[in-house]
Parts: sequence; C-alpha cells; structure tokens
Amino acid sequence: MIEAVGLTKRYGDRLAVDHLTFTVKPGQVTGFLGPNGAGKSTTMRMILGLDAPSSGTVTVNGRPFVELDNPLREVGALLDAKAIHGGRSAYHHLLALAQSNNLPRRRVDQVLELVGLTEVARKRAKGFSLGMGQRLGIAAALLGDPKILIFDEPVNGLDPEGILWIRNLMKALAAEGRTVFVSSHLMSEMENTADHLLVIGRGRMIADCTVQEFIDANSELAVRVRTPEPTRLAELVTGAGGRAVPDGEGTLLVTELATDRIGDLAFDNGVRLHELSPLQASLEQAFMELTRDSVEYHAAVPAAGQEDRA
Amino acid sequence: MTTLTVPATLPPVQGKAGIGGALRAEWTKIRTVRSTLWSLVAMAGISIGLMSLIAWATMHRWARFEPREKANLTQHPLEIVLARPVFVCQLVVAVLGVMVISAEYTTGMIRSTLQAQPRRLTILAAKIAVFAVLMLVVGELLSFAAFFVGKQIIAGHIPVSLGDAGVTRSVIGAGLYLAVLGLFSLAFGAILRHTAGAITTVLGLILIVSNLTGLLPDSWGHHINAWMPTNAGLLILQPHQAPDDLLSPWQGLAVFSGWTVLLLAVAAVLFKKRDA
Repeated sequence: MIEAVGLTKRYGDRLAVDHLTFTVKPGQVTGFLGPNGAGKSTTMRMILGLDAPSSGTVTVNGRPFVELDNPLREVGALLDAKAIHGGRSAYHHLLALAQSNNLPRRRVDQVLELVGLTEVARKRAKGFSLGMGQRLGIAAALLGDPKILIFDEPVNGLDPEGILWIRNLMKALAAEGRTVFVSSHLMSEMENTADHLLVIGRGRMIADCTVQEFIDANSELAVRVRTPEPTRLAELVTGAGGRAVPDGEGTLLVTELATDRIGDLAFDNGVRLHELSPLQASLEQAFMELTRDSVEYHAAVPAAGQEDRA
Repeated sequence: MTTLTVPATLPPVQGKAGIGGALRAEWTKIRTVRSTLWSLVAMAGISIGLMSLIAWATMHRWARFEPREKANLTQHPLEIVLARPVFVCQLVVAVLGVMVISAEYTTGMIRSTLQAQPRRLTILAAKIAVFAVLMLVVGELLSFAAFFVGKQIIAGHIPVSLGDAGVTRSVIGAGLYLAVLGLFSLAFGAILRHTAGAITTVLGLILIVSNLTGLLPDSWGHHINAWMPTNAGLLILQPHQAPDDLLSPWQGLAVFSGWTVLLLAVAAVLFKKRDA
C-alpha cells in the first residue's frame, strides 16, 4: 500500500508535482501514466525518500520510506537502469545491496537466476546492454522479496521478449498479492498490464480509475455508415436521438446511437447500406486527448498529425 | 527464465538494517571497483619503488653534493624515505577519497544505495569508517615499509633508526596524515558531488593555496599559513619541530583533523538534506 496526500514538489517556481493524492493498493498492477515531464519520476523519487516533498506526505505500509526498518524487504524499486557503478560486477552490486539489509548471500544468486543474468554475473556492468541493465535493476528490486514494487518505465529499451517477460512478471507479482506500481508514458503498454490507472499531466491528477472505466469514459463510440441516401439516413438518425455528421461522399459518422439500432433503422425504412462499421477510439488516442493540454513540450506539428503518433 | 514468481526462501526478518550492514556493504563496494586496487598499487609503487629509486640515485651522486646539501639531507633523514613519497602519495589518496563518494553520484549508484538504506547518516558514517580504516592500514603499512627499505639504501651516508628522536612518531604520523587526508578529500567529494570539481579543489588546496598563503604579509600571514589544513598536517612527518613552526607536530595533526571534522560535518548536513 502506497498512500500520497497532497504530495507536492516545487523546483523554483515550477510545480513538478502538484498536490497529488492517491492510494496504490496491493494485489493489482497500478499503472502510472502521463506524458514525459508529467512528474511521474519525481513522484516515485519522493515515495522512495530520494527527494523531499515541498509539501504533503507519502507513506509506504503506513510509514515514510526513510523510517522503514529493512527497506529492501518492504519496497523494491527500479528507477532507472543506470543506478549502478559500471565498474562493479552485477554480482557485487547486488551483494552490497543485500549486505546492507542483512540478506543472505545466496539470495543474490537466486535473483540473478530469476532475471537470467547468472552467466554474466561476474562481468562488469558497464558492458551491459540497456535490457541487461533493466534486468539487473529488477533483480535488485526483488532482492528482499518485497511486498511493494515500484518500476519506472521498466520496458524502456527492451526487446519484445523482454517486454513480454516484464509484463508477465508484473502480473505474477500482483497475483501474489503484492503492490505493483509501474509508470509509463505509453497507454498501449498499460492497456494489457494494468488493472488500475493513475493518469497525471503537468504534475496534476487527471484520472484515477480502473482501466475499464478509463476506456468507457474516454473512448467515444462512433459508427461509420456508407449509403447512397445519406441525407435521408441522417434525418432518421437524428429522429432516433443520434447525431450524424457527413464524412465525405456518401458517408456519415454516427454517434450516440448503437450499430444495431442504425442497421434496424435503415432496414425498417428501406435505406440501402453499403457499410456499417463501428469505430472505437484507441486508448492511446483517448490518453493523448486527455493529456493534450498538459503535455510539457509540443512538437511543432499540425493537430491532424497527432492522430498518427500513437 | 521460466520462473516468474519469486521463491520465498528468505529467513525471517531480524532487527533493522543498520550500521553493521552498511559497513559490510561499503566494504564490498570499495573492494570491488578497480580504481581502489589501482590506487593502492600506485601508492605502493610510489612509496617503495619510486622512493627506492630516488634514494639510490641520491646515494650514487653523494660525492658530488655540496657540503650544504649533504648537511641538509643528514639533518632531515626522513626527507627522502618518507616526506617525498607521502607528498606524491597524497595526490592518489585525494583522488580516491573524493571518488569514494562522488562516484556514487556520477554513476547513479547513490539511488540504489539510498533505496537500500535511506538513513543517510548511516551510509555516510559507514563510508567514512571503511575508508578511514583502509587508508590507515595501508598508510601505516606503506610508511613502515618505506622506512625500512629506504633506511637500508641510505644507511651509508644518512644513518637513521626508529630509536632516533621523533622518528617513530614521524613514521606512524605519515600513515595518520594519509588517513586524515583521505577523509578531508571524501568530505569535498560529498559536498561537491562532482568528481573533477572536488579533485581540483582538493589538489588546488594542497598544491597551490597552501603555498600561496606563505606569501602573505608577515605576522598574520605566517599564522594563516601555519593553520592551513595540509601545512599543519604535514608537521607530523618532521622528527624535529623547526624553530619558526607555530605548531608542534601533534598540534598540527590536530588542526588538520579539526578542519576535516568541520568539513565532514558540513558534508553530513548537506548529504542528509539534499535531494539525491
């Protein structure tokens, strides 16, 4: 359980994190979503006591992180794959961390095995690829068999196999009853992994809901209808309480009316249809729509181009 | 990589992660980077190898020295075997001391360190203790080794023994000086958190500022110069207190230690307060 109340971080006159209040519950994967620069990493650093909040509080298992008796046994975190001394071997990196929390030496071998780094354990970490670095960071997070896991953009730089591995790992950890808190700037990444979502933009909470609620609230259904009689169908749709907008020659975009109803309406009134296809805005689009106003740095592209950026 | 779940084979939690674990962790960290090994090899090379070479060359050319030079060397028998090697060794110790902590920041390791042990003063205390003991042991071993090796080489013209007044204290003092200097440098590393900046600062203080203060106008300049950290600290290497020295050898080392404690206190306050 991670609980933040009014969590705020100010750098000069810029608010990186702006009064965030949220709870991350055990037994599920909670996705922490937001564009780059939204304040995700800063929030995670405050959870771990690396940065001090300007105001507000954040606790893990009811206590500030810095007061935990055996931090690695309660919280495991992967903030970035570069939190290592490249001149040290993976084994010795993990050994030093294990020793600081009085964990047995054999635990180091176990986590190395678990993340698949046993063969390179004695090699210096500076030669590791980004993916291997991520695996080493995850090994460190798992050292103390903690009940709470925090991952900041864990799939960055991983190959498809690694991405799948991390997804499954996060789900398995949550299924064991652990609290899993994972950040990403890609909605598509969360779609398949997370149960609950916290969406932030410019340091503020935009949405705190389940993934399903997020989909329902943010992906508006539209139906594309192609017909030789668009004008007549548009009248029928409007009469039935829907909205129809012309979308090119002989095509309508209908909203607020289900696909079946439109089909029945056309059949009952003898209107010929050439196409009847439901369109669902992707979560990626919904996310971009939601956070558009809060993106820190916009690329100078026309608005229409954004649809292609998913 | 078929296992996904974490095998729960850890012993039950006992007590807290504290200074004991932090000391073991810091010892593992310092012994598992190559820069430590290379630094110690360099120190040994300077104290024994380079010193022997210079001592041998001095003896070889002895006949050609002016009487004044001969007298000077005989009056300061530890100059060749101790003072000069320490003066070079201190550059290595300064770099190593800075890097013990600055490397945590330049590599990003500090974030892992503080996640495992967020009580920051525990971390800093462990770093200080581990590095101090390492430098003290290595410093004493090397200064005694240098003394005994050097003594044999210069015995023909510059006889010296541990029984001579102030000599044992000077040999022990050389190791102490290097240990204190290591912590002095570590403090700068912790305060500046930047390897190049901290090394430049420490070396600048040792090599330049401490000499420049000797150029200040008389009376008060003389005092400032005497109380400069390494000027005071180096007095411990001299068997005899020179007539114009304001501080005794032990007072000098105390002044140097005082500076170091002060800097470490500043480092501790900043280390605890700042975002990592």
